[in-house]
Amino acid sequence: MGMTMTQKILAAHAGLEVVKAGELIQADLDLVLGNDITTPVAVKEFEKIGVKEVFDKKKVAIVPDHFTPNKDIKTAEQCKMIREFAHEKEVENYFEVGEMGIEHGLIPEKGLVVPGDVVIGADSHTCTYGALGAFSTGIGSTDMAAGMATGKCWFKVPSAIKFVLKGKPSKWVSGKDIILHIIGMIGVDGALYKSMEFVGEGVSNLSMDDRFAMANMAIEAGGKNGIFMVDDKTLAYVKEHSSKDYTIYTADEDAEYDNVYEIDLSAVRPTIAFPHLPDNTRTIDEVGDVKIDQVVIGSCTNGRIEDLRVAAEILKDKKVAKGLRVIVFPVTQKVYLQALQEGLIETFIKANVVVSTPTCGPCLGGHMGILAKGERAIATTNRNFVGRMGHPESEVYLASPAVAAASALTGKISNPEDIA
Amino acid sequence: MRAQGTVFKYGNNVDTDVIIPARYLNTSDPEELAKHCMEDIDEGFQQKVKSGDIIVADKNFGCGSSREHAPIAIKAAGISCVIASSFARIFYRNAINIGLPILECEEAVKSIDAGDEIEVDFKAGTIYNVTKEQSYQAQGFPEFMQKLMAADGLIGYIRGNL
Ligand code: SF4
Repeated sequence: MGMTMTQKILAAHAGLEVVKAGELIQADLDLVLGNDITTPVAVKEFEKIGVKEVFDKKKVAIVPDHFTPNKDIKTAEQCKMIREFAHEKEVENYFEVGEMGIEHGLIPEKGLVVPGDVVIGADSHTCTYGALGAFSTGIGSTDMAAGMATGKCWFKVPSAIKFVLKGKPSKWVSGKDIILHIIGMIGVDGALYKSMEFVGEGVSNLSMDDRFAMANMAIEAGGKNGIFMVDDKTLAYVKEHSSKDYTIYTADEDAEYDNVYEIDLSAVRPTIAFPHLPDNTRTIDEVGDVKIDQVVIGSCTNGRIEDLRVAAEILKDKKVAKGLRVIVFPVTQKVYLQALQEGLIETFIKANVVVSTPTCGPCLGGHMGILAKGERAIATTNRNFVGRMGHPESEVYLASPAVAAASALTGKISNPEDIA
Repeated sequence: MRAQGTVFKYGNNVDTDVIIPARYLNTSDPEELAKHCMEDIDEGFQQKVKSGDIIVADKNFGCGSSREHAPIAIKAAGISCVIASSFARIFYRNAINIGLPILECEEAVKSIDAGDEIEVDFKAGTIYNVTKEQSYQAQGFPEFMQKLMAADGLIGYIRGNL
């Protein structure tokens, strides 16, 4: 029996000819990642193991992004601890505030992941790099510690769900709408313990930024990883960002899948996830009258250059609705600079939008835009759990940058097709 | 390895943001985290919970963020075991890696109510409901995971194998 894309990558990294779903394996790691919330716990565990060095100084990345620039004394101390650890262990990929970004924007941009890699990160959205045809998955701090010490991680080989994408999405539909549509269809545990493999001719109609947004939210369907087939767009991205060697894996003809779904991209509508789960989706045609207090455009899902371009296109020469707070946070310093050079930042500021430095900040209710009791936000982020952005009685609606920007003009959830 | 305690019962998709909200993640001190465990879903949890008590929940327990602070907070709050119909995979790994016993058993979840007194035998994977006088059989752990548990988690296991 053949193997899926993910199974082939895992087999190669475990030194095995064949692996089967359900088998427990140990795989060699190409990158181990952590952030300012998870790394402090990992450092304590690393010290308990008793090794002196990390397994490979080039293959560890530490990105303080959640509570940075530090929001209070305690977070400053957490960051100080990981900064000192990175310095002492000579971790090459430690990114200080001025050169940073939200980890899942930054790591691909720095060329640290290429097709065929096995990556673990102590952050659930590490699955983002599947957009590049890598096996990439979120783990916890103890796994990060063990990974840094040994360069290996244990995995249960996942089975997979195949999504065959066809056709081309319409003008205001992006990767975000497609993944919300899929999560709405299969549920927040629809891919539990499984890979989500994205293939088909429709993939070529998705930009890399679309694919990053989709792979990013595989975890919102419970997935172990999301992975895209590699095509010319992937290779162009890799060439531009990385000098690492890569390997392209494709699934065997006779690979077995738990389910196969065909998705006609041309039929996907702008899609919104209502509180309090990402699978509680409705199309823009079904939302009704939902007034909002805050709009958040950014995050590791939708803070990339195309996302900002779409938002700016809608907001150009207009003002956001009176009394509404609109926050844009670009995913990395590089994207921020590019947006500045393209005049997008000027468009935002003239429209009365506040532009934040790259940080996770509002996405996890950390800082830079917390919601009060009873308030509602529409956000291009990836989670709308109870209390995610602030008070336990506040609400988050998940949407694409186009829907968020259209809503910024009206003060209620709005269709970009009606505005632009 | 056995546990015995009173049940706290929850539904589907209990996410790590309600197990331990991000506003408390500026520390990794287990005692501090335990003070805010489950606060956004069950306000009085901290006052009610006694050492040895057991959490029983339906599908996809621990979904969302990878924060190990979630199982750490549960363990430090005194919870001896979590039983669910299914676990989100990162939570599952984290719990095993830090030595928080967890069991998957749909039948038990269906029958057990909040406040029931439960006994768990981890090795055999059996769950006995003292209140209702019923027993249930959970899925046993694969051998590798039993070794992790016996070493009190991943770090102990690695130290033993270095
Ligand atoms: S932007 Fe949000 S989802 Fe992404 S890494 Fe930061 S907190 Fe997590």
